[in-house]
Amino acid sequence: MSKILIIAEHVNGQRQPAVYHCVMAAKQLGDDIKVLAVEANVTAENAAAYIAKLANGYTHILAPANTFGKNILPRLSGLLDAPMLSDITEIHDAATFSRPIYAGNAFTKVKIKSKQVLLTIRPTAFEADKTEPEVEKIQITEDLGLSKFVKLEAHTSDRPDLTTADIVISGGRGLQSKENFAMLERIADKLNAAVGASRAAVDAGFVPNDYQVGQTGKIVAPKLYIAVGISGAIQHLAGMKDSKTIVAINKDPDAPIFEIADYSLVADLFKVLPELEEKL
Amino acid sequence: MNILIPIKRVIDYKVPVRVKPDHSGVVTENIKMSMNPFDEIALEEAIRLKEKGIASQLTAVTIGTQACQDILRHAYALGVDQAMLLETDKSLEPLAIGNILKAIADKTDAQLIIMGKQAIDDDNNQAGQILAAKLGWAQACFASEVNIEGDSATVVREVDGGLETLKLQLPAVITTDLRLNEPRLAKLPDIMKAKSKTIEIIPVSDLGIDLPEQIEILETTPPKPRAKGQMVGSVDELLEKLRDLM
Repeated sequence: MSKILIIAEHVNGQRQPAVYHCVMAAKQLGDDIKVLAVEANVTAENAAAYIAKLANGYTHILAPANTFGKNILPRLSGLLDAPMLSDITEIHDAATFSRPIYAGNAFTKVKIKSKQVLLTIRPTAFEADKTEPEVEKIQITEDLGLSKFVKLEAHTSDRPDLTTADIVISGGRGLQSKENFAMLERIADKLNAAVGASRAAVDAGFVPNDYQVGQTGKIVAPKLYIAVGISGAIQHLAGMKDSKTIVAINKDPDAPIFEIADYSLVADLFKVLPELEEKL
Repeated sequence: MNILIPIKRVIDYKVPVRVKPDHSGVVTENIKMSMNPFDEIALEEAIRLKEKGIASQLTAVTIGTQACQDILRHAYALGVDQAMLLETDKSLEPLAIGNILKAIADKTDAQLIIMGKQAIDDDNNQAGQILAAKLGWAQACFASEVNIEGDSATVVREVDGGLETLKLQLPAVITTDLRLNEPRLAKLPDIMKAKSKTIEIIPVSDLGIDLPEQIEILETTPPKPRAKGQMVGSVDELLEKLRDLM
């Protein structure tokens, strides 16, 4: 029988949407599910050490495949000497799972031979569970003294969260400047959409790192993804190609983004964006 | 301070990956192989720490077949002092990698390990954290800024909520994200000199280390193809198509 532990992140005491996706995945493994919440500013060293002490007896330990889960869960794997599988997109049975490799250009199906396995769950691959799980918050009392949380520079926004929004509009290097991203933001506000970006746009300093969609960055799968001035490097496609409908707007007809787009518009984004804003 | 930089040989990031028709893996024959891009960033960071006088000895280490010597030569050309190949023809699991690297960290008396946050083949993003756990060291993953002062490191990490700053007590493991630095290119004379440098080769089986085998790969398949899309000629036509979605 499966006994499942979910490690969830709380930010200032608040549940994060990823936990509902983890619960949905856990329900495919069994009904004996416990959810533990860790506050975001607790270090991975202290959190993993605490969880390792109570991990005995759990067959599956789950965390979301975001920067929280990716930081803590492998450390726990090292402490427990229990194998871990990253970024699970499909659960076949309690021992068999599928996950993407090579930035989603291939999928591997693997079978686990150990009694205990750790899994990070790709939130976009599992629907959100509709129930509110009972969550136990852990109070970390023992500090190993290895590292200290200093600060988090958060970029607050009134727009929906990038990873859970129904509509995402993302900009790339084609936007050319930080100021031009405001055009995307105005359209996003009309659509109640989140704003994302390609690596190139983040590297160029147009927007902060937490806007980045891609293999490095956030994995999104909204109902509608609008890519503006994004060429479509493998790195970016890995983060958005599971979106239900993809729109690409780019002046270069050979841009790889068009190969995966449902609707492609070859045009100058500086003409398209004002027209789009006016007509929405 | 000695720095250990574990690196991995992977299919070059510019090469399109193809799944073998029998689903036994991906095609690697006659394909350009390179150092994992995140590891190049790790190497660059270590070299900069040596240039600043903070690091003294840089050791690059990889695990794999004799073919992996090419990335170690590349590491020599860029500026490491020592290169080690832990030779095996097996594909090892992350916990096994952790066990091996722990032994090498001890052997090289490393106070800092800098490595890529993930390899672009398996995309596991595990080895650094597992290694830190096994060593009982501090960890900072997805680093975009590293500052070493005395026996502590201040690291800015790229997290989903923004930029997080941690202060680590050394020794520590730092895994690199894309924006930490821009790796330099090797200079031709250094590439030539690297050819004659010694690579220490140790068979993994000689280490007497536990190499767990708990993950069986059943098959590798290509992603499901997307339905073919269509061109639209104008903003009006696009909005017409999207009417039900917005």
